[in-house]
Amino acid sequence: MIRRLIPHPGLSVFLALFWLVLANSWTTGSLIVALFLGITVPLITRPWWPDRPRVARPWLLVPYALLVLWDVIVANFQVARVILFLPKDRIRSTFIAVPVDLTAPEAISILAGTITMTPGTVTADWAADGRTLLIHALHAPDPDAVRDDIKTRYEARLKRIFG
Amino acid sequence: MILMALEWGLAAMLVGGGIFALIGSWGLLRLPDPMQRLHAPTKATTVGVGAALVASGLGLTLTDGVISLQEALVAVFLFVTAPLSALWLARVHLWQRVPKDSLPPPVSGDWAVFHGADAADPAGRTGDGPAR
Repeated sequence: MIRRLIPHPGLSVFLALFWLVLANSWTTGSLIVALFLGITVPLITRPWWPDRPRVARPWLLVPYALLVLWDVIVANFQVARVILFLPKDRIRSTFIAVPVDLTAPEAISILAGTITMTPGTVTADWAADGRTLLIHALHAPDPDAVRDDIKTRYEARLKRIFG
Repeated sequence: MILMALEWGLAAMLVGGGIFALIGSWGLLRLPDPMQRLHAPTKATTVGVGAALVASGLGLTLTDGVISLQEALVAVFLFVTAPLSALWLARVHLWQRVPKDSLPPPVSGDWAVFHGADAADPAGRTGDGPAR
């Protein structure tokens, strides 16, 4: 019964908190709206998210987020350097296929998002069976190193988080 | 004295963020290939906008004494939406302009963009219609 009413408790809490911060008012009125949103939005969107993700070690998401944040800052300097100083004909842009061992769609989505936000890579597509990601690297003289870096730096951590 | 140092720090942050946003836009102009251009707005701008958000949050907290969390929400929206819009722009580009055999093959099966579109090409990808 509870499960049918609140299919994604995490999402419900997140939405409610999100609303409170967005409205920036901590009154009974906003709390009621927050609860209303937290309950109805997951119910309405349930057809597109049928399964609850299994997160084995959710607390590891915090160091993961910090790592990604740091890499985003580093990425900006690298991309800025390529844009400003590298002659156009020396930019080695290429597509790279990255095999993915993760199976949870949520985990693959996080990996794809991470790839886009971090050093010189953008997720461009995924394989129809969800077992490979197609990424584009802005400047990758060694495409295999980029692929291995993604697998060891991000995918290995996500594997531990999602178990 | 301390407040003044903080103000200088915030000002430096705003200018630094602005420089990064500028570099991102410059990349959009300079890079020749559409896939390369996609890199500029997804990265150089995140630090640009991020710096402005941190400065705004810290500035409001320091001057008004209220902790302002709305900047954090903007950052969350940004981190969720930027990769998604980049992904779909890339997919449209792949579909319209990139020959399938110029891409590295996936481990198994087909890239999702081309999935189900065979040589006969029901969607008319080989035609030179206005979409290209």
